[in-house]
Amino acid sequence: MSILVIARLTFREASRRWILWVALLLGVLFLAVYGIGINEIHKDISLSGPGMLQRSEMYNFMFMAGMYVVNFLVVIMAVLTSVDTLSGEIASGTIHTLVSKPLRRWEIVMGKWLGFAAMLLLYLLFMGGGVLALVYLISGYVAPNILPGLVMMGFNILLLLCVSFLGGASLSTLANGVLVFGLYGVAFIGGWIEQFGALMGNQTAINIGVVCSLVLPSEALWKRAAYEMQSPLVAALGVSPFTSTSVPSPLMVGYAALYGLLTLLFAIRHFSRRDL
Amino acid sequence: MSDPIGPAIEVNGLRKTFGEKVAVADLTLTVQRGEVFGFLGPNGAGKTTAVKMLLGLIRPTSGDGRLLGASLGDHCARARAGFLPEHFRFHDWLTASEFLTLHADLYRMPRHVSQQRIPELLELVGLTQHASQKLRQFSKGMLQRIGLAQALLNDPQLVILDEPTSGLDPVGRRLVRDIIRDLRQRGTAVFLNSHLLSEVEITCDRVAFIKFGEVLQVSPLQSLIEGELAVEVRARPLTPPVVAGLSRWSGNVRCDGEHLHLTLTQEADLPAINRYLVEQGVEVFALQPQRLSLEDLFIQIVGTDGGL
Repeated sequence: MSILVIARLTFREASRRWILWVALLLGVLFLAVYGIGINEIHKDISLSGPGMLQRSEMYNFMFMAGMYVVNFLVVIMAVLTSVDTLSGEIASGTIHTLVSKPLRRWEIVMGKWLGFAAMLLLYLLFMGGGVLALVYLISGYVAPNILPGLVMMGFNILLLLCVSFLGGASLSTLANGVLVFGLYGVAFIGGWIEQFGALMGNQTAINIGVVCSLVLPSEALWKRAAYEMQSPLVAALGVSPFTSTSVPSPLMVGYAALYGLLTLLFAIRHFSRRDL
Repeated sequence: MSDPIGPAIEVNGLRKTFGEKVAVADLTLTVQRGEVFGFLGPNGAGKTTAVKMLLGLIRPTSGDGRLLGASLGDHCARARAGFLPEHFRFHDWLTASEFLTLHADLYRMPRHVSQQRIPELLELVGLTQHASQKLRQFSKGMLQRIGLAQALLNDPQLVILDEPTSGLDPVGRRLVRDIIRDLRQRGTAVFLNSHLLSEVEITCDRVAFIKFGEVLQVSPLQSLIEGELAVEVRARPLTPPVVAGLSRWSGNVRCDGEHLHLTLTQEADLPAINRYLVEQGVEVFALQPQRLSLEDLFIQIVGTDGGL
């Protein structure tokens, strides 16, 4: 099937052009630094001997800090690797030999999308699984609702891929990069404004955050993931920078799904109709 | 639906505009199955845009057409066509044989077929030694050869070659000519977009001249080249009645002192002209027929103002 041929090509390109290996190498470096760091903190915690509840909160804090960085790194990876995949092939002309073959253009888009989705989700599993494993091996702590949390983080990656594909089908690589990171920036700052709004009980700030999430529901998905995996006590206090005070509703998650689906459909439509 | 007995290419009133710019004004032509068709025109005449419309890479603004019996842009027709794009930019992180395997997969060729076909094609284009080399390390000529192999993978009924020899040395050009001849023998139609007229002159059955995105003339190459004969005569005395008498053989007679220039439609008129001049008491010193080259015809038909 042509989709699978293109998906395999995408995977192979990431491998041949060292993108995959550099990402994995830096991922290992990140996990090594993270592991050494939490091991040191764990030693201190063991020596100072705080109570079980307090220990659990500290481990959750460290776990969430790790996942926060993993989320950020995988988001960056999702955008950087995919931003060039359509526009770059169009600009260089490599697309001509592909589209002149007996396959439909949506198969090219979907093949590439699936290739990136598989690669990035594996990367998320490697990084997120690494953080989870390190925290568990060092402290024996396991955060709650790991699976729903990781699903939300994965969902976030797929969403950003869809946006990056839509930009790539219609804009130059640079313009697409600026667009996706720009939107991500809006969603990111909106998420923080909403967080502070929720802490201080400011409805306007919360509303600004919600509107930003409507522009790109990326940060909302991370906040949902953080909400799932944070400890109940931190959730109740709402004091950690890596956790969620204002929790995105299931409706927002549904909106994100619709957003991603429509964005991908528009990307396919635009790529299918444009001159190459 | 595809029609196995229709022409290889049939387009009618194909037009493409990019904003204000008219790339192809009105393209109407037919390429029969099994013929080698040259598509000639100056730079900027809209040749590549026309090729891209044939393959569905570009959507026509108006007009329609059929490729191997299927509507333009139909992906099923592309299964029976091969295409070498003008700039031959490929995924250069693949090796030559991986590149061909990828495109064989896209043609949905079973692996056991493609694994047999790929070495044959590498041999055909002279790249067997470089099968495991990455395309990144290929020269321009080698890229063009591998691009040609990619266009022939599926044993196509129609091959569209957009400037197939622009990056090749004389040996490579001869190879392309041989491949085109071989394709013709096997009944494959070839649509050759080239501005290298010597190639077209050697390989094509029919040619179309286009300018400003419009077909100026479509002719069988043989009759085109044989059709016109330029003759230069040195003789005296060339009186006006004698010159006027030549009009029965040529509508295009020019007299310049002792020199006469005329064009004929058939070589057989030469002895008659000679006899006429002698009978009129004219002394003939030289009578030199010259065939018009395709380049002469190109300039005669397209003019010298077409290049952009």
